[in-house]
Amino acid sequence: MEFFSQHKVYDFMKVSRFFIVTTLSLAFFSAILFFSKGMSYGIDFSGGTIVQLKYEQPAPIHDIRQLLAKDKIFSGALITEFGSPEEVQIRFATTTEGVTQDVGDIVRTLLKETGKFDVRKVDIVGPKVGGELRQKGIMAAVLSMIGIMIYVAFRFEWTFAVASIITLLHDVAITTGALILFNVEMSLDVLAAILTLIGYSINDTIIIYDRIREELKSTKDMDLMHVINTSVSKTLSRTILTVLTVFFVVFTLYLFGGEIIHGFSFTMLLGLIIGSYSSIFISAPFLKVLGFSVEGYKNKMALKEKNRLEKAKMRSQYEKGTV
Amino acid sequence: MNNTGKFNYRLVIFLIAIIFGVGMSIPTFLQTQKGAKVSLGLDLQGGLHMLLGVKTGEAIKSKVKSIASSVKFFAQSSDIIIDDLRAIEETISFSLLDKDEEKKIDEMLKTISGLQVNKEALRYTLTLSDKEKDLIKEYALSQAVETIRNRLDQFGLAEPNVAKQGSDKILVELPGVKNAEDEQRARELIAKAAHLQLMAVDEKKQDRSATMSPTEAEQYGDIILSDAKSDHIRYILKEIPILDGSMLTDAKVGFDQMQQPVINFTLNSEGAKIFGDFTAGNVGNRLAIVLDNKVYSAPNIRERIGGGSGQISGGFSVKEAHDVAIALRSGALLAPVTLLEKRSVGPSLGADSIQASLLALISGFLLVSGFMLFYYRLAGVIANMALIVNLFLLISIMALFGATLTLPGMAGIVLTIGMAVDANVIINERIRELLRQGVSMKQAIEHGYENAMSAILDSNLTSIITSVLLYVYGTGPIKGFAISTAIGISVSMLTAILGTHGIYDFFMPRIEKSKNIHMWFGMKRSH
Repeated sequence: MEFFSQHKVYDFMKVSRFFIVTTLSLAFFSAILFFSKGMSYGIDFSGGTIVQLKYEQPAPIHDIRQLLAKDKIFSGALITEFGSPEEVQIRFATTTEGVTQDVGDIVRTLLKETGKFDVRKVDIVGPKVGGELRQKGIMAAVLSMIGIMIYVAFRFEWTFAVASIITLLHDVAITTGALILFNVEMSLDVLAAILTLIGYSINDTIIIYDRIREELKSTKDMDLMHVINTSVSKTLSRTILTVLTVFFVVFTLYLFGGEIIHGFSFTMLLGLIIGSYSSIFISAPFLKVLGFSVEGYKNKMALKEKNRLEKAKMRSQYEKGTV
Repeated sequence: MNNTGKFNYRLVIFLIAIIFGVGMSIPTFLQTQKGAKVSLGLDLQGGLHMLLGVKTGEAIKSKVKSIASSVKFFAQSSDIIIDDLRAIEETISFSLLDKDEEKKIDEMLKTISGLQVNKEALRYTLTLSDKEKDLIKEYALSQAVETIRNRLDQFGLAEPNVAKQGSDKILVELPGVKNAEDEQRARELIAKAAHLQLMAVDEKKQDRSATMSPTEAEQYGDIILSDAKSDHIRYILKEIPILDGSMLTDAKVGFDQMQQPVINFTLNSEGAKIFGDFTAGNVGNRLAIVLDNKVYSAPNIRERIGGGSGQISGGFSVKEAHDVAIALRSGALLAPVTLLEKRSVGPSLGADSIQASLLALISGFLLVSGFMLFYYRLAGVIANMALIVNLFLLISIMALFGATLTLPGMAGIVLTIGMAVDANVIINERIRELLRQGVSMKQAIEHGYENAMSAILDSNLTSIITSVLLYVYGTGPIKGFAISTAIGISVSMLTAILGTHGIYDFFMPRIEKSKNIHMWFGMKRSH
């Protein structure tokens, strides 16, 4: 089976202006969301407590709200259904420092009359730990990008490295914007998903860059637009198929993986779509925006080759003892 | 070199990988007693994870207090009069009245390590050096780790894990905790200071126990503590204890004449001597048994008590007595602990998570392998074989590293399924491209692998870069995700590239004969 017509070279560059404008406005929109609505942080980063209950019958959320209001540690608590009508999540900002006292027990006592239930999970993250986790998360994201940039610069060229980082920043920015839009909380899992996306979304970009590098070696064509169009078209099936296989598994995770990893799988789903869009429509055109020139590249390669040959020559002369 | 034929080095490596992968993952799948296996993380099997903060500053304060006690004890026993002895926060100060005694005091102070002595005329200010403070903090942390580990080991939970984190934190993981009662007991056991003191009741002042203020008591060198059962009963005790729990060698649960649970403790020889001497000299007076600043009992001393054994009674339940005995045996906590982070997962939630992630794993696998089969035909079958071996190898390597499988780790394995076949997609697309140009299948395969290599390598390496950073900066279950994706991707280079290539080489004579590119690579025959 084949999905794509293999002989056709699509003119991506012709429409690239349209996509760059779309992307910039999406990024702009994300920035507005970020500064107006703002990212909502889960307890992993903001500190706080989450208690998760499962009733044998549908949970009486109204009663739970009333009963918990009796204790001031639950003031401002967010009490919501979690995944199924039997399950409830109670979330609040206060944390207890004592090792011996336990919120689970307090909840158990307060809600005694509401029916049979099981305290399935108690998560307490103190404010100090929350701050540390946030710092580490940002560190990991920044270092991943720097690591990738260095790697791409080393394997390709600096223009490729800069364009790939712009693509990645674009992915992260728009994914974050979408998370804010869909009210997904920033938790450790969501952060892990974003970091995975950074590592994965670069893959498609690299496949395209790899192809451009290959085209540049073989073709006599000096038109960058042409080279990019050929390369993106030739890798189109690859790009889409590889994303598709990952999309399949992430989608099953989203469907069957359970409520706990919803944040992770949802972020991955969003990011995969955004990432493959940017690889196809943004990463290569940005090479042109950054002023990459085929002629310059070829000259550079020729110079490198010349240097290599010269070195080899000198070496052989040296070995023969003629110098 | 001719490596096309029946067997080739790639296939041999792949076969070794299969044997290794299947063999080493058997202990995990069958959960055998012996052999390295992947154990389930707390989020999958249920359990308690806590990050505790150790208030190491408190250890310094208590060290300063004990130095103050020994200065006082020394002064009293050598008839040196000192005045206005204070221990405030981390500083001790006092005044010496007689200049002739200066030398004696100075000699004594010299014997205390890490003490910085500052003298203005006869006013002494004592502080600990920064180095000494660091040593005390370090000791308090490692002592807390040791003590908590001892206590949990004796409590009888399965595989408790207690480890140092940074300079003032302790990680406690208890996979064995299955219900709220166990958890409560475990937490109390961890946090119990278990500071046992034997103190003399100040019989001259005890009559005024109901009214005396703590500051007044302090003036007489006394301290007021309340009874363990009732806050209203108060005791006035001599501030400096006769001896404390550091001289204890054993503590066991027993029963008294009333069949009430008690804790019998035994002192070491030094403690036994101090205890014997004290009881001999104080017949008729009361001796208070103090645990964590609560008086459990204050019996009259009837005669000299030799042998160095004593009893704590005070209306414990059997379970409480059992836990207190454990805490006493493992020693006191030098510094109090606080809760920084806690994650407890009930076993039913863990079981649900396992079920959900297994379902995702199986359906993800079926979807991906079905797609590969449908799209690439035999090439898809070969890719699927590599994928299965990849999963076995992933499990075996995780088992060998002693990694635990967490819920994000399961997500990582599911993700690996999708990412591992990417290499095969890239290779197969390259092969198809060459076939379209009219190259023979044999040449298309050879060059397809060559052409695809750099892109696969580059993309996998960037994924590994982020996995490594996620491992370094991630915490808890997220580390599990980083481990499973990193191993999965690394292994895919062996299975998806080398392994599949070996299989093609093995079938090469047939492939050359067949010419059926539809069957082998799922392409239309029209080319």
